[in-house]
Amino acid sequence: MRKLTLALTALALGATAMTGPATAQTNEQFIPALVYRTGPYAPNGIPFANGVADYWTLLNERDGGINGVKIVFEECETGYATDKGVECYERLKGKGPTGAAYFSPLSTGITFALTDKVPGDKIPLLTMGYGRSESRNGAVFPWNFIAVGSYWTAADVAIQHIAKELGGFDKLKGKKISLVYHDSPYGKEPIAALEARAKVNGFDFKAIPVTHPGVEQKSQWLAIRQDRPDYVLLWGWGVMNSTSIKEAAAVGFPRDKVIGVWWSGAEPDVTPAGDQSTGYKALMLQHGPGKFAVHADLEKNVVSKGKAAAKEDFAQVLYNRGLINSMIGTEAIRTAMKKYGNKPMTGEQVRWGFENLNLTAARIKELGFEGMLQPLRFSCEDHQGADVARMQQWDGKAWKTISDYYKADEKILAPLVKENAAKYATEKKITARDCSKES
Amino acid sequence: MIAFGQFLEVLVSGLLAGVLYSLVALGFVLIFKASGVFNFAQGAMVLLAGLALVRSLDFMVGKGLPFWAAIVIALLFAAVVMAITAWMVERFVLGPLINQDGLTLFMSTIGVTFMIEGGAQMLFGSDVYPLRLFPSDAWFLFESSFPGGILVSKIDVWGGMIAAVLVVGLALFFQKTKTGRALRAVADDHAAAQSVGISLNWIWFIVWLVAGLVALVAATVWGTKLGVQFSITFLALKALPVLIIGGFTSVPGAIVGGLIVGAGEKLAEAYLGPFIGGGIEYWFAYVLALAVLMARPQGLFGERIIERI
Repeated sequence: MRKLTLALTALALGATAMTGPATAQTNEQFIPALVYRTGPYAPNGIPFANGVADYWTLLNERDGGINGVKIVFEECETGYATDKGVECYERLKGKGPTGAAYFSPLSTGITFALTDKVPGDKIPLLTMGYGRSESRNGAVFPWNFIAVGSYWTAADVAIQHIAKELGGFDKLKGKKISLVYHDSPYGKEPIAALEARAKVNGFDFKAIPVTHPGVEQKSQWLAIRQDRPDYVLLWGWGVMNSTSIKEAAAVGFPRDKVIGVWWSGAEPDVTPAGDQSTGYKALMLQHGPGKFAVHADLEKNVVSKGKAAAKEDFAQVLYNRGLINSMIGTEAIRTAMKKYGNKPMTGEQVRWGFENLNLTAARIKELGFEGMLQPLRFSCEDHQGADVARMQQWDGKAWKTISDYYKADEKILAPLVKENAAKYATEKKITARDCSKES
Repeated sequence: MIAFGQFLEVLVSGLLAGVLYSLVALGFVLIFKASGVFNFAQGAMVLLAGLALVRSLDFMVGKGLPFWAAIVIALLFAAVVMAITAWMVERFVLGPLINQDGLTLFMSTIGVTFMIEGGAQMLFGSDVYPLRLFPSDAWFLFESSFPGGILVSKIDVWGGMIAAVLVVGLALFFQKTKTGRALRAVADDHAAAQSVGISLNWIWFIVWLVAGLVALVAATVWGTKLGVQFSITFLALKALPVLIIGGFTSVPGAIVGGLIVGAGEKLAEAYLGPFIGGGIEYWFAYVLALAVLMARPQGLFGERIIERI
């Protein structure tokens, strides 16, 4: 029944958004939502999409939009497929009085495809915690904003945590660390950073691919059983995560030596494996599950009015991530309005807003996100804005934060970003911006 | 000794995984054998059966029913859902297409696939729903001969036993019952079967119902292994090379094809994968299927079709 209600809500939202052109002169800011509520990755896509939608609804209900400009949004189902994602992008990029404010595809594959398109359409891409790691370099990637953390940040922090568990970086020497990864652009992203770390710290690194969607991993885990690595890093998505945990249990690999990326560390990743998940660890894209000040506002202005996209996943990890994603996007629009006035912003203006966004601790607290996010500041050079992460562990019932913030090692990652961004610029014949001349 | 133990472990796990593929392939064989229709919707039927089972089971356990009673009612409910699906497919899709060529019927099952996938998720949800009907831990055999022993998953063994029972049951159904013989007559020639008084509509309903029940059995095993979720539909792609190798019309062929695919892909992943980048098992099954197709187009156990011109 909930799904039926959701489908009807989506239809109603679509109908609302379709009224956009007719009300082109009204104060409406159109924001598209590329979602996956069906298909193999739906269990992870749904809570994120709900968080995204509920934050926009909150702003409309509580504040009347952003500085009086109402948010109009429309969902487009991608099924996590790159071709459908591009189709959704083409369909939605021109909607609303000023076109799409920004896109958040929630897919590294779609991000790769759109990275080539957005400069021409002048629409920013907000890829919080995913996408091309080198897109942190704003001089080469002016339209990409890989907010909060990249896969290289995640890989580096995971190794730092392993070093801490072992008793120091010197203890990494001679250890075996394997990466079980989704065989896609997403899964391959951390390999460069892990190879760089292996070189510096002297551990033996092995990458083990798993084919989409990841339901068959027996051979990979039998190889792990024979190879006996000290740690396994997991870069999965959707069904692959819970299957990996089950296979780890089946071959007797200790779950507390398996560390997932932040896309492998939500409730749908552990609950299907039941007790076998106990002890499993995963990175946090700064935040975890749980209620914070913003949730009280949501309960008062959205949930109690029956306008929430969903209730079961309220305050879960991916729902909270959706909230943060929408908050960063709308704060970029608000920043742009300071320069261009309180009216619907174009994609180009929103890009400026992103690049000049400065989310201080005080502002984060004011927005109700204290405890979920550390200060974040983009600049022309830095389109990531932050490079810290924490670690959590599943205790059989809930995720528990088990570490303080780790800061990614810039000595290792900065050269990687520089080198790969330069390579991309050469391939695409892009002239990098001179950030010293940007205002 | 370690290397041989590892080889044995990969081989055994591959053979058992292959039997689980066969469980899905059997549904394809049934419908093709009885109606000449290649049913692309078999993977979607496994999803629908699994969702109906697990959602009704969760509902009744939540209402305080004892697990054994809940499982019996849930199985019955899922069987009724599959019967309704079979009736609707016959009534609204295949019925109007009687005497159309095989390609038209095949295309119609593609449409049925998407309708079942969408309808199942809309009615029962698109989350991952854990199903725990069989043990999911493992045995470690011959530990004295091989360091660490040979790992054998209990759920895979359960799957193998269930497949064996299914094969015997289906063989008896096709060979010994009047309905089974009528199904084979329809497969040979729709018009000829109609002319001797066999009701095509009734036969198609029966065959889709039996395929739906086979899908339900497959869903109990795969649902316990993976959790009931959309990805189960991808099993249809695993069943294709099994069918090509075993033959589209042979029940034992589906089992032998499954064993070859399972063992072949797992051994290839373990021993060939490291040299060519890994992640090869998905397409390696099709390499095996192509090789068989070249040598024996009707599959190892399929009926050779001779058409006189």
